[in-house]
Amino acid sequence: MSARPTMNVLLTGVGGQGVVLASFVLSHVAMSEGYDVKQSEVHGMAQRGGSVTSHFRFGDKVWSPLVPEGTADLLMAFEALEGLRYVHWLKPGGVLVYNALRINPSPVSAGLATYPGDVDGLIRAAWPNTKCVNANELAAKAGTVKAANVAMLGAISPTLPFALETWEEVIRKAVPPKTVDVNLEAFRLGAASASTPDDAGCSTR
Amino acid sequence: MASKIETAEAVEILSGNEAIARGAWEAGIRLAAAYPGTPSTEILEAMAGYEGVYCEWSPNEKVAMEVGVGASMAGGRALVCMKHVGLNVAADPFFSSSYVGLEAGLVVVSADDPGMHSSQDEQDNRNYARFARVPVLEPSDSGEAKEFMVAAYELSERFDTPVMFRTTTRTSHSKSLVTMGERVETEPVTEVRRDWNKYLMMPQNAIARHRIVEQRARDVAEYAETCPFNRVEMGDTRVGIITSGAIYGYAREALPDASYLKLGMTYPLPAKLIADFRSKVDKLYVVEELDPFLEEAVRLLGVKVDGGKELNTLLGELDARSVARSLASAGVPGVNPDLLGDLAPQAADLPGRPPTFCPGCSHRGLFVVLKKLRVFVSGDIGCYTMGALPPYSAVHCSTCMGASISMAHGMAKVLEPPAADAKPDLRKKVVGVIGDSTFFHSGITSLMNVAYNGGKTLSIIVDNSTTAMTGGQENPGTGKTLLGEPSAVVDVPALCAALGIKRVTTIDPYDMAETERVLREELAADEASVVIAKAPCVLQFKIRKSVYQVDAELCIGCKRCLQAGCGALNLYTDPNGDLKVEISATDCAGCGVCSQLCRQDAIVRPVSAEGKGS
Repeated sequence: MSARPTMNVLLTGVGGQGVVLASFVLSHVAMSEGYDVKQSEVHGMAQRGGSVTSHFRFGDKVWSPLVPEGTADLLMAFEALEGLRYVHWLKPGGVLVYNALRINPSPVSAGLATYPGDVDGLIRAAWPNTKCVNANELAAKAGTVKAANVAMLGAISPTLPFALETWEEVIRKAVPPKTVDVNLEAFRLGAASASTPDDAGCSTR
Repeated sequence: MASKIETAEAVEILSGNEAIARGAWEAGIRLAAAYPGTPSTEILEAMAGYEGVYCEWSPNEKVAMEVGVGASMAGGRALVCMKHVGLNVAADPFFSSSYVGLEAGLVVVSADDPGMHSSQDEQDNRNYARFARVPVLEPSDSGEAKEFMVAAYELSERFDTPVMFRTTTRTSHSKSLVTMGERVETEPVTEVRRDWNKYLMMPQNAIARHRIVEQRARDVAEYAETCPFNRVEMGDTRVGIITSGAIYGYAREALPDASYLKLGMTYPLPAKLIADFRSKVDKLYVVEELDPFLEEAVRLLGVKVDGGKELNTLLGELDARSVARSLASAGVPGVNPDLLGDLAPQAADLPGRPPTFCPGCSHRGLFVVLKKLRVFVSGDIGCYTMGALPPYSAVHCSTCMGASISMAHGMAKVLEPPAADAKPDLRKKVVGVIGDSTFFHSGITSLMNVAYNGGKTLSIIVDNSTTAMTGGQENPGTGKTLLGEPSAVVDVPALCAALGIKRVTTIDPYDMAETERVLREELAADEASVVIAKAPCVLQFKIRKSVYQVDAELCIGCKRCLQAGCGALNLYTDPNGDLKVEISATDCAGCGVCSQLCRQDAIVRPVSAEGKGS
């Protein structure tokens, strides 16, 4: 078998959105499929509404836990502004998948700054190879909006070379026992949304 | 969230911190002590999950270090963990521990924070290792963290020395694969061996010990020549790289085919191994983060270095791209071209997303009041440091743990007293603000000093019954230990009184009118006083009261409520083009600060279906 190059995924979002759990699932799926894995996030201020990033890498041999700027194969943004903020992390041809959600940063809440009005337009102008997903709506449909992070995993699952059974097995173990079915449904809805030809009507609110 | 998933093979994905705990457990340690501090905190949290190890949160790093020294002197392997600035606090016992040595292994984790993700400074704590003549191991990922940790105890006992285990944020907080091992069972400790010459550092003994310490450094340097963690990996001999820690991974990505001397032990250094490596490569580069610690040592050996700190900055973190670009700029061949491309333009003028007080946070109302009073606030280290950020902008200095009260005291002592006929001016008042855990850490002596030396400053202790900034650890005021045992609770008002403070008042910081009244009264007092703003952390204790709503008919869009700086509030323009504020029902925790700010009575708590207003 030829050497599998390292794949780079950058996850971005806001403290409290479940970015860390999503990274946990990704890491264990890749490990279960026999890859070397490295993952990195910064703790400490993550629960206080700050910007959160998590780096996830897998391949035959991964040297470092950080995705260098300009090399991400996939940027997975759990919030629209946090997608726009990190487009320069993508490599040429990389994919941006973002959640159609706006969360006001604290300067906006304090009336000291404004949230970009046409954030969807700005994202598409900055990175045409973009897919928008309404992960919160899909998760709500599955049973709880708290599963939006798992719906996001479903939405990006077709871009990664992992088997559906592995995803499901890891999600079963990673989420609270009572929420397994809801999370698996959120994953399925996310995956189904990814195969729709376009996401017209998907815009942030 | 589950921290790990059991797999059939004994391989798990662990963070560096979890791997350190695992390694210490496998090494058979009997005691672990720490004070929480990013990026080190999770080591003890993971450690507490293992059987057979006594674990504690000590009130500060100096105490933790002394607890560890005591355990190892008694014959139990011990682990002490702290963030880089914690070692400043623990430096005194750290240096002494180098002199006295130990009966059983002692490992001190220093988790450095290049880039200051959650710190007030950048320090390369390898300097402490050299300063105290203590060997330092530096893992580059979680797998090495576990492996090195087990070996650190053998090294410690073999050379009768504490070992520094130095991580950075990227080794502590990154996750990678770790192969599990079994725990080594160590002998039970039945008595404390007495060795006056070794363990009692009066000058006559210390003079003799210093000679032993310097000889030990030479002995460990000799061992470094064959230490399996100092590894040569020959590749393209045009370029040789000396590196360590997480930087090794960045360098391997930047220069995949170069030759490497990867140092797992970065003090003391293997002189012969380095000279031998130099002789096999055309050009030698030292690639390291923060200080030129290795580079200077290599140059002092008389070894020619073709590039070091002038290529990779002293400031902040490195990564594979920065290393690739710096080496390419120096004309080094073989740099990975994928790391040299131009980046897509970054979107300009986006609003930042700094951390802020959680909706419902008990600190919010206090800082709104402090801003209104216009006093100078001497701050400290904790969530409440965010009171410095807009819209509060109500903390004016913050340096290190425990400094708020002592600095306020120093300021007040040099401030000219107002003229007898001057109007009272609160802008000339200095107030210290400190959290409960930080007060226990190193604020108590500062307050004692205010009382003893006749200070007149106001100290506000914001007591939310947890160590909030690092994720909600227990402390001497919470009534529980790290291992979940019920414990003694510090009586803060009684403690302040015992220190000699006569004016001690406890307030509810959610009641802003009362908070303002009490603060004005205490600021007017002509003696030292303490105000304890006591309300539990809403995040840690999951406190949610019924939510507030905005009556859009009454809201005039004046933005006064936005002074609360709360993420649950949102300014919008209604269909008539009028500015209004709305409150997110999912984010609001029902604290009522915005409601107290509103002068239109537009922010109300609707009576719920069950008829409960709160």
